[in-house]
Amino acid sequence: MEAPTVAIIDSGGANIASLEFALARLGITGQLTVDPDTITAASHVILPGVGAAADSMTRLKKAGLTDLIPGLSQPFLGICLGLQLLFTASEEDDTQCLGVFPGTARKFMPTPERAVPHMGWNRITRTRNSDLLHGIPDGSHFYFVHSYAVEVTDDTLAFAEYGNPFTAIVERANFSAAQFHPERSGEFGALLLKNFLHR
Amino acid sequence: MELATRYVSEGADELVFYDITASPDGRSVDRRWINRVAEVLDIPFSVAGGIRSIADAEEVLNYGADKISINTPALATPGLIDQLAKRFGTQCVVIGIDSRAENDTYHVYQNTGDPDKTSHSGRTTIDWVREVQERGAGEIVLNCMNQDGVRDGYDVAQLKLVRDNCTLPLIASGGAGSMQHFAEVFKQANVDGGLAASVFHSATINIGDLKKYLHEQSIEVRI
Repeated sequence: MEAPTVAIIDSGGANIASLEFALARLGITGQLTVDPDTITAASHVILPGVGAAADSMTRLKKAGLTDLIPGLSQPFLGICLGLQLLFTASEEDDTQCLGVFPGTARKFMPTPERAVPHMGWNRITRTRNSDLLHGIPDGSHFYFVHSYAVEVTDDTLAFAEYGNPFTAIVERANFSAAQFHPERSGEFGALLLKNFLHR
Repeated sequence: MELATRYVSEGADELVFYDITASPDGRSVDRRWINRVAEVLDIPFSVAGGIRSIADAEEVLNYGADKISINTPALATPGLIDQLAKRFGTQCVVIGIDSRAENDTYHVYQNTGDPDKTSHSGRTTIDWVREVQERGAGEIVLNCMNQDGVRDGYDVAQLKLVRDNCTLPLIASGGAGSMQHFAEVFKQANVDGGLAASVFHSATINIGDLKKYLHEQSIEVRI
């Protein structure tokens, strides 16, 4: 197999380094970029994201990527906020997002049993099979950090529960995204990234 | 580094690196080591100590830390919490609070890295917990000073009170001496995590064994 060329879209988040290191542990050097040509030419594209939805959308718009991203045809992986940005909208600052998947990210309401942000390890359960989950058993733990989430939709590949079930992994055609951080989710996180890079 | 990789192989869920002497010394630290840690760790990790500005925080995060934990500088400049949350997102701003009981009320202490410089911050713990939540903190690590280092069990009463007064993830710190202490604090104070240093460091408690034990006690853990 030819070595993948991975474009990491620079959405302005703070923790790009941990993703770069996770790829490096798999022998891959990701290229951090907002250049449309570099992104289009890459074999794989990753949209990470930590921070606010509106800020990131503004940044993507400025770089001319909001029309480009939904039209990409190579394997695409959103991470955390990157998942939320792929949906229609986010309640966070009433932001219109990329619209690859129908659905809206909504804020978790704190309860005495459940702190917000949802921060920590949680189990995921698949709704169907996918090569992305190859070797990852149901009930595996992944590391989540988020205050907004998308309910379970037709595109949900795996869900987790925090009060109610929410989308942990979404997938349709070449587009996929994880609400958790595979780059900080131990061996199964690394396996998910590896599965993605084998696409 | 050796310790970090040992903890990861034992099954630690998160690592916190404390440079506790940074604040009392007023020094800026060489932080290149963060990069080396981030390269090998595949679980989240926080860095605490001496982070006094947006620029300090940016440096730590750029080196690959997932969260920054601030304590004394937040007490000196509470607006720093708002700035950090706005710039980097709530999820990576952890507030460390050193607290102990005095005349039936819990009070916050500062510069606790050096016993000679430790002083009362002039704030009560509950007021400070509410304020940091309001300002945009994403997590609270409550270090109960009267229990710290004594391995006598977490301060369940205090943690329970703080739990009832905040909706943020709450991490218990100070006092862990046995596996039962962890079970106790998860069950009775409903905390989101238990932090310990000396019992893990000295290998008195193996993290893998601890998680097996907690699982047997019907506490949800990643095994």
